[in-house]
Amino acid sequence: MNNLNDLRTKCQEEYKQKLSRPRIVVGLGTCGIASGGAKVMEAIKEEVAARGLDIDIDFTSCIGMCYREPMVEVSLPGAASVVYGDIFPDKVAQLLESHVENKTPVYEWAAIQIPGEATPYEGIDIMEKAPYYEKQVRSVTSRLGRTNPESIGEYIATGGYEGLEKALGMERQAVIDEVKKSGLRGRGGGGFSTGMKWQFVYNAQGDKKYAVCNADEGDPGAFMDRSVLEGDPHAILEGMMIAGYAIGADEGCIYCRAEYPLAIRRLNLAIAKAEELGILGENILDTGFNFHIRIKAGAGAFVCGEETALLNSIEGQRGMPRVRPPFPANSGLWAKPTCLNNVESYANVPFILRNGSDWYTSMGTDKSKGSKVFCLTGKVNNTGLCEVPMGITLREVIFNIAGGIQDGGTFKAVQSGGPSGGCLPTSQLDLKIDYESLTAAGSMMGSGGLVVMDETTCMVDVAKFFLNFTQNESCGKCTPCREGTKRMLEILHRICDGQGVIEDLDTLDRLSTVITKSALCGLGQTCANPIISTMRYFRDEYMAHIVDKRCPAGVCAALLVYTVDAEKCTGCGACLRACPASAITGEKKQPHSIDPAACIKCGACITKCKFDAIYKA
Amino acid sequence: MSACACGVEKVVLSHEEAFMKLLDKYRYYKGGLIPVLQGAQDIYGYLPKDVLQTIAKELNMPFSKVYGVVTFYAQFHLKPRGNNIIRICLGTACHVRGGAKILQAVQEHLGIKHGETTEDLRFTLETVACIGACGLSPCMMINDDTHGRLNPKAVGAILDTYE
Repeated sequence: MNNLNDLRTKCQEEYKQKLSRPRIVVGLGTCGIASGGAKVMEAIKEEVAARGLDIDIDFTSCIGMCYREPMVEVSLPGAASVVYGDIFPDKVAQLLESHVENKTPVYEWAAIQIPGEATPYEGIDIMEKAPYYEKQVRSVTSRLGRTNPESIGEYIATGGYEGLEKALGMERQAVIDEVKKSGLRGRGGGGFSTGMKWQFVYNAQGDKKYAVCNADEGDPGAFMDRSVLEGDPHAILEGMMIAGYAIGADEGCIYCRAEYPLAIRRLNLAIAKAEELGILGENILDTGFNFHIRIKAGAGAFVCGEETALLNSIEGQRGMPRVRPPFPANSGLWAKPTCLNNVESYANVPFILRNGSDWYTSMGTDKSKGSKVFCLTGKVNNTGLCEVPMGITLREVIFNIAGGIQDGGTFKAVQSGGPSGGCLPTSQLDLKIDYESLTAAGSMMGSGGLVVMDETTCMVDVAKFFLNFTQNESCGKCTPCREGTKRMLEILHRICDGQGVIEDLDTLDRLSTVITKSALCGLGQTCANPIISTMRYFRDEYMAHIVDKRCPAGVCAALLVYTVDAEKCTGCGACLRACPASAITGEKKQPHSIDPAACIKCGACITKCKFDAIYKA
Repeated sequence: MSACACGVEKVVLSHEEAFMKLLDKYRYYKGGLIPVLQGAQDIYGYLPKDVLQTIAKELNMPFSKVYGVVTFYAQFHLKPRGNNIIRICLGTACHVRGGAKILQAVQEHLGIKHGETTEDLRFTLETVACIGACGLSPCMMINDDTHGRLNPKAVGAILDTYE
């Protein structure tokens, strides 16, 4: 077997060389670009040229702090690197002048610093001790925001493909045993043991086997897979190659959703570079192991995230789930044994092989080992990506890492697991995050989206939102899901419109049970979770809608009454002119009033009122 | 294929050539139907009936199967679409942070509803369940560009930058 030692030494030399030069690095993941990173990059290039500075300009992926994008890192030899947040083009000149020319960081813009061996600056949080990172562990996300994702050299210099080398020197069964021992479980949400899955495929009879990566991240509120694909594409390739070697496959396929064009581009680039260096392709490292990877772009169907539907889609069929058994491990792609894992699961594998399963099991709880990447979104101060050890509490994630609720609001619920998960209330904040405890509480791990909601979110409306989603995405193959989601959605619409009756709750209960037990695939079996969990924890809110015809959060339009506060109203007439239903009356300079019977509850008056004199309740 | 002096036909020819090349690439490729449809839609902007018929014939499968796949996936379109595709995100994070208001603002600005195309074929307006930029919600995609941290008042200016 050839090893990569020479190549690695060369890459490390080059990487060291690069780090020893003055550098300015822009975060160009999708989130960075979306908040204007590409324009910042342009501005930096122009400014550097105009000032004639001797500094390298580079880019990286998302470091996780989406709420501070666009982010720019300035690193000078012998000094700590400083990562700045909210750097828009108009700040570039001052940043370069102060930090690069005068060697003084702009303290008030700095988000974190990474001192390395240099002396840290006073007054800037060191990354590991910053509130956002203090409780995090970074393994799968360790390269995100730190290396150039389009450079295979930097991947190799930072330990990349070491896991593959190690695996290729081991017996196949030994590789599987190592993964089993690590306790890694499916990070797509199912939580099935990855090692066991590999064992099934290894044991299955077949002249041809496949390793497939599920990158069809469709859960609203989740972008972990996108971040990893964009930030560390080689880790996915390496994980798939290790899996391919272990199970005896020579072909891999990444099914990536078409909504992630940047991820697809970086994956293609990574494949081309790995093939060029002979790390991917025929006779890898002279071991006789062949492995090819191709990318299949999805065509827009949420159900294709379900493993058997995904396989049908790769085969060029309608993406409808198959009846299991047979499971893909025995009869998957083209009816051959197929190992199907999620992006994050594959991305964990190189680290497990490189550092050993003992290192991995040192993190996490009894049954859920290692770390998990979560996306923090919704009404929190710090939205972004974080990687935490299993067993951390929801409270720590939401209040320490995500920095609590936006605009001083009050926490109401956190939604985990996407449309298959549930909403957990304040009483569950001290829940330790692992597969079993989340399921017991009525939610699920899911792929890792955590959407935080405050008092302005109506839980019935949230349930309706998810049902609307699953009903749209139901493929229509099995009756419980096709018809059941439609009926449940109708009932929720009725409740939100103030037409609900108390019996509706029993009907929802019964329908939920029936669909959960009888639907064909995961989409249907879990589609009732948002309803079940909101009815369990927020029954009062359902009652308020049904009995009092009131929406406590002030969201359900049909249940709101718009009223003019006579004390605040100046009688300017702005609302009167804005009202499309002519429901507002009043003399000039006298308090106006709204006729509830004529009001269509469009909210136009509230938008127009300059004196906050109109309120809804 | 002979070159034609007429500018209009020349464009059609080059489309057809690209389409034929695409078919040749995937003719013997297992599971090639979806990549062919994606490629054909890239060429023509949508999937006209005669293109679907050619695909069925060339890939040797029933037209009903091709049509079945086309209508299953949200990405395929049977009607002409605008030059710029706007996709407003209505995922959970955007829902919580007011994605519906962004949709409303864009609808008002363009005078069309979601699922529709402006008369001058400049914009097609669609909604999507999540584009994975939740950290910047509410957000939308125009073609391959993601725009985040939107507010209803600012979307008009963004739209105006697309020809």
